[in-house]
Amino acid sequence: MSTFEFLLQGLVSAMEPMNLFYALIGVTLGTMVGVLPGIGPATTVALLLPVTYQLDATGSLIMFAGIYYGGMYGGSTTSILLNTPGESASIVTALEGNKMARAGRGGPALATAAIGSFVAGLIATLALAFIAPYIVKLALVFGPREYFALMVLAFVTVSSAFGNSTLRGLTSLFIGLALSLVGIDQLTGQNRLSFGVPDLLDGIEVTTMAVAMFAIGETLYIAAQGEAAPDKIEAIRGSVWMTAQDWGRSWKAWLRGTVIGFPIGAMPAGGAEIGTFLSYATEKRLSKHPEEFGNGAIEGVAGPEAANNASAAGTLVPLLTLGLPTSATAAIMLAGFQQYGLQPGPLLFATNPQLVWGLIASLLIANLMLLVLNLPLVGLWVKLLTIPKPWLYAGILVFATLGTIGANPSVFELGMLLVFGLVAYIMRVFDYPIAPVIVGLILGPLAEQQLRRALAISQGDVTVLFTSPIAAVLLSVAAIALVLPLILRARGRGDALSQMAASED
Amino acid sequence: MKHFFLASLLAGAIALPAAAADYSIMAPAAPGGGWDQTARTMQTALQTEKISGKVQVMNVPGAGGTIGIAQFASQQKGNANALMVGGYVMVGAILTNKSPVTLKDVTPIARLTGEYEVIVVPAASEIKTVADLVAKLKANPGAVSWGGGSAGGTDHITAGLIAKAAGVDPTKVNYIAFSGGGEALAAILGGQVTAGISSYGEFESQVKAGALRVLAISSEKKLEGINAPTLKESGLDVVIQNWRMVAAAPGLTPEQKKAVTADVEKLVKSKTWQDSLKTKGWIDTYLSGPEFDAQLAKDIAATETILKDIGLVK
Repeated sequence: MSTFEFLLQGLVSAMEPMNLFYALIGVTLGTMVGVLPGIGPATTVALLLPVTYQLDATGSLIMFAGIYYGGMYGGSTTSILLNTPGESASIVTALEGNKMARAGRGGPALATAAIGSFVAGLIATLALAFIAPYIVKLALVFGPREYFALMVLAFVTVSSAFGNSTLRGLTSLFIGLALSLVGIDQLTGQNRLSFGVPDLLDGIEVTTMAVAMFAIGETLYIAAQGEAAPDKIEAIRGSVWMTAQDWGRSWKAWLRGTVIGFPIGAMPAGGAEIGTFLSYATEKRLSKHPEEFGNGAIEGVAGPEAANNASAAGTLVPLLTLGLPTSATAAIMLAGFQQYGLQPGPLLFATNPQLVWGLIASLLIANLMLLVLNLPLVGLWVKLLTIPKPWLYAGILVFATLGTIGANPSVFELGMLLVFGLVAYIMRVFDYPIAPVIVGLILGPLAEQQLRRALAISQGDVTVLFTSPIAAVLLSVAAIALVLPLILRARGRGDALSQMAASED
Repeated sequence: MKHFFLASLLAGAIALPAAAADYSIMAPAAPGGGWDQTARTMQTALQTEKISGKVQVMNVPGAGGTIGIAQFASQQKGNANALMVGGYVMVGAILTNKSPVTLKDVTPIARLTGEYEVIVVPAASEIKTVADLVAKLKANPGAVSWGGGSAGGTDHITAGLIAKAAGVDPTKVNYIAFSGGGEALAAILGGQVTAGISSYGEFESQVKAGALRVLAISSEKKLEGINAPTLKESGLDVVIQNWRMVAAAPGLTPEQKKAVTADVEKLVKSKTWQDSLKTKGWIDTYLSGPEFDAQLAKDIAATETILKDIGLVK
């Protein structure tokens, strides 16, 4: 049977009323937990695992897939409206999305996130069905040195994309890098910078940090301004829906985000955040309205949101074809498979085609359901912003605190939330960008570990970093991205750059 | 506003164990991992078999279980209804993290399940047997890179024990730690490392598909369904299992300990538990009473020695 016939058969199986019902429960639950900071899709799937003992294999996996996609989507809602990222993959969305929401464009921001997620989810799920085996081969070629080169590229492109001052951006980035060193070193098992505090042994939780930096810091900042605060937020200005111009600016960003997110999600050490960082940097580079970045550019929401959903589908590639769980949620889904005596891996497509194709088809359906569920809610969500400011920010504080406590019941974690909230407040007062701290916290350990692994395998020979073709290409691109603007600036004292920017129009 | 309500509900549900529980089981790890699954399987079996009325599972993640055990020892003292899941990884983590609270500060009840370690190479590798691997290791220990789970964990310890048994300096072992089995598996399949080491379950599907070759398994005797010799048969005196256990709170009276032990025995013998083991591929290595205490003491001493040999514990 061809792939296409399998897929059709899968669609028929996923369309059974009970399976549709499970998908609906899944996406609804997923969206709800995605909205809560701290409680991600991984925890939800884990908590539901025992409940699904009673269901059949297809039904429960369909439900898990729904939660997974729903969670990826739900995280963007709070990012945009409340500047409180629900999970690490929606941190970038908060950057532009929240600025848009404050300018009365929350509706279009939510809509572009929803439609972008749908488009990316659709393309990526089809890609999962048709080209998974090839992607897997590519992913296996990536060893520690290739990952290290990818991280270098991410650092270079991302650090130039945040904020206006390079010095301030780099300062923030290094704060994040320093914080990322806290905890047990993964390669030697030794403690670093934990000062005998057991809670620090596992390092600083990214979501705690993101919620502290964005939500708590912001709340303190607004509160400190008191009556002198700028005009109250306009909930809706213009249409709550996307205009023709919004569509025109979004669709390319969706596609680019998908192309960036899917392969990175499929890599065993990729992770959804990296795709969103790269997508944001790309959109800023290519935008005809670079001046809008930092003030609410719609591409900055559309691209990363598409990337984050595409990578969610990408994660299923190594899970289904190799049995490799590459995210926390995928690891728990693997446990779900095993519960039914199924072993994901190269043989799964051959031994249980009905189940695999049913799952892929239900992803398509879950994706459509999410769109239907969320688009009508946009108008309702935006009303959240009309809540009087003291209420809204008090609510954000409660919400952020509960989410953090819910994810990890520890007093220390709560203390960390508040301390980093204060740090973020001070950074805001002195005009340092917040996002690079999170970027450093996420990318720092990845880059460090991959570099050390590569060097350990080569027994200290540094040349291995450049001798792999993929690593060499990635490093060259990074070097060009770093050096080219400097040369251009030196030659034409910036004229060339501004001309290039102008001629792109 | 419904989200505030929802948030508090969810946060409450996760943070607070209900007071009505007969047994409360702490999984000192995040939801989804091996200890969490053990705790949740126990929960289901205890309830289905009516050994206990209502069972709550609580997750306290962090630092190889040392955060969980510290909390358990201090908060549950004398509480005969509190249980904690643990395992071999905790023994190593207590040593490497210099945890002030150890397994001596709780009441170990029984070993429940275990998984054996296997050494694998990609199917295309020139290494066919353990002897080939040992020869390479003796020629240049650094040139053999081992891919496995976190540093100081069972995989790392097994690699150290193999080197030691082969007469190679364990500090020279070039062990590459990956976060979790998945990432290590990708590095092994991609030929980034010479050999892979982890529990059999991590590699099973790739072995069955013919992408990986098992060189040896760390069990006492050959296992059914796994076409490979034991390390012992291959001339290396290494037997190790990554076991999981259940412990009760400190400060129990002998009668209380007896009652808990009896309940755990009922659990282990129950059909629900045995069926779950089969579907999950866990091996029943149940051991309790003085035999378990003796085995545990032996494992702790041996682990301390090898971690010192590798250089992870001073």
